Amino acid sequence: MQALYAQLLVGLINGSFYALLSLGLAVIFGMLNIINFAHGALYMMGAFVAYFLLNLGGINYWWALLLAPIIVGIFGMILERTMLQWLTGLDHLYGLLLTFGIALIVQGVFQNYFGSSGLPYAIPDQLRGGMNLGFMFLPIYRGWVVVFSLIVCLATWFLIEKTRLGAYLRAATENPTLVRAFGINVPRMITLTYGLGVGLAALAGVLSAPINQVRPLMGADLIIVVFAVVVIGGMGSIMGSIITGFALGVIEGLTKYFYPEASNTVVFVLMVLVLLVKPTGLTGRAA
Amino acid sequence: MKHGISAMLLGTALAFGAAGGAVAQDKNIKIGVLTDNSGLYADLGGPGSTVAAQMAIEDSGLAAKGWKLDLISADHQNKPDIGSTIARQWIDVEKVDIFMDVLNSGVALAVNNVVKEKNSIMINTGAATSDLTNAQCSPNTIHWVYDTYMLANSTGQALVKAGGDTWYFLTADYAFGHALERDTAAVVVKSGGKVIGNVRHPLNTADFSSFLLQAQASKAKIIGMANAGGDTTNTIKQAAEFGIVSGGQKLAGLLLFITDVHALGLKVAQGLNFTETFYWDMNDGTRAFSKRFSERMKNKAMPSMVQAGVYSGLLHYFKALEAMGGNPHDGAKVVAKMKEMPTDDALFGQGTIRADGRKLHPAYLFEVKKPEESKGPWDYYKLIGTTPGEQAFRPLSESACPLVKK
Repeated sequence: MQALYAQLLVGLINGSFYALLSLGLAVIFGMLNIINFAHGALYMMGAFVAYFLLNLGGINYWWALLLAPIIVGIFGMILERTMLQWLTGLDHLYGLLLTFGIALIVQGVFQNYFGSSGLPYAIPDQLRGGMNLGFMFLPIYRGWVVVFSLIVCLATWFLIEKTRLGAYLRAATENPTLVRAFGINVPRMITLTYGLGVGLAALAGVLSAPINQVRPLMGADLIIVVFAVVVIGGMGSIMGSIITGFALGVIEGLTKYFYPEASNTVVFVLMVLVLLVKPTGLTGRAA
Repeated sequence: MKHGISAMLLGTALAFGAAGGAVAQDKNIKIGVLTDNSGLYADLGGPGSTVAAQMAIEDSGLAAKGWKLDLISADHQNKPDIGSTIARQWIDVEKVDIFMDVLNSGVALAVNNVVKEKNSIMINTGAATSDLTNAQCSPNTIHWVYDTYMLANSTGQALVKAGGDTWYFLTADYAFGHALERDTAAVVVKSGGKVIGNVRHPLNTADFSSFLLQAQASKAKIIGMANAGGDTTNTIKQAAEFGIVSGGQKLAGLLLFITDVHALGLKVAQGLNFTETFYWDMNDGTRAFSKRFSERMKNKAMPSMVQAGVYSGLLHYFKALEAMGGNPHDGAKVVAKMKEMPTDDALFGQGTIRADGRKLHPAYLFEVKKPEESKGPWDYYKLIGTTPGEQAFRPLSESACPLVKK
């Protein structure tokens, strides 16, 4: 039984990464209608920026949490301005192919210069060590990841669903012409939204840097699972993707305990089941 | 009419040309480096293996003696089906004479079959499974650098002797992991230890915390990591987080490469024990080679034992061909010649190739230095024990290889 509690908690930790990443994807898809396949590469860039900040600029983890999302977010906004914006109104497939291509290029460039086994990034001193919870030894850093990503997820949800800015944003996706008629700069809002989604990916990257190696392929390994999470949660649903992210982390964690061989397929089995029963995803509405 | 004459002349010339070619020895060699160029093993083999092959070609001096050498490389993406498809295409279309590297045991076993069927050659420097020279041995394959039996024998025995008598295995769920776990478990039991459990994780896993918690709960003294590359580095890094080593359990890296230690950093990797057959800082010969190698690498990495093996294996192959006076394009014949000749190069020293295809050379037990002991980049290992080649690898008396006469 003790082991089970431990696995639940570990699942929750992985779930926070899924939630953060799928949230970014959901924001981008919900607001921009772009299936952002470059998300994994941008997550990886977040981790690399944290590494560069520390090793080249001597800038610590805490600042990286703030700066890396901004830097990668700006990179994302440049992508949106120069490439993605020309795809509005076209079939989803074009956005998917473009972002997939971008992801391959970015990963290829990083792999060329940094190899594939990655670079070390240490846990910040303040978060070292762990607590004995009785049923398991919880590394403080992992606890921090869960709490911090939960806060970020809820804040993002609040921003989009409950504030005036969020209302503009949602209105702009429903009917851009009308919103523009009210004197709101819709293209700029869309660029900023893409930047926000990308920033969330980069933030997840910084959070994961001390746990995993900072590797060029770290995002490629994760992105497919995250897409499954978004599909299960319902494309474009903010709360849906947060809840599904955490839930699937837990389910995957339990699989690793009961039947480890299936741990990297269980998410996809669930995806197939959900699509068969409810094609719009668990929280999605019919289009 | 004019056309008819010139065509006839051309035909005669061609016939002469062909006849001439048959008399003089064929001096064309085509080398194929088949490896993981982009995935989790790309640093320990990958593009570095191609660099090592290129260096062997240049250092052999064969080009100056009238030989024509070609080198090609491909990415098998760690998928056995892709590996064997490339192998067939290379042999049938590209006329490749010899396969180098072929890391990943799953791919290696698949390519091993193709190479045997088509009478080509594989000098395997990257894959770990000892089956390549045991049940699956072939007259066309030489296993050059290391194998699971040797790793288990050297590292496993040393750890049990040092008091680590209960083991829990964390195993990559494919041919290599299974072979390494099997061979190590056998050594542990033989040395008086006990295996109390195992967990198998999918290849290329990012998060090991679930598996590590199970290993921790087992209370085994030693957690044997029967995985490699990125999987091992992630395991070690996350084990530190979960307080596994500070809790008194010891991690055994059954297969670790210098590129992994570099990726982990000494702070995390210090104190790990594991076995390799090559380290760049062993003697003047290894240092000179490694310096030249690292200058050619984009990230200035030192060679792994897999890459060093590509260089050493190719040099021996070239020697055999020179002794034969030409390339007969007959895999089994060349391999037989290679087995006849003793091996000798700057990287692995003197050695031999056994009937089962196993190359013998010493195995070194290393310990990773503490950060304060390291004098500079890539200064990572302390040598703590050496096993002679004859004792390091599986004795022929235990062999299930049909090529071994008993």
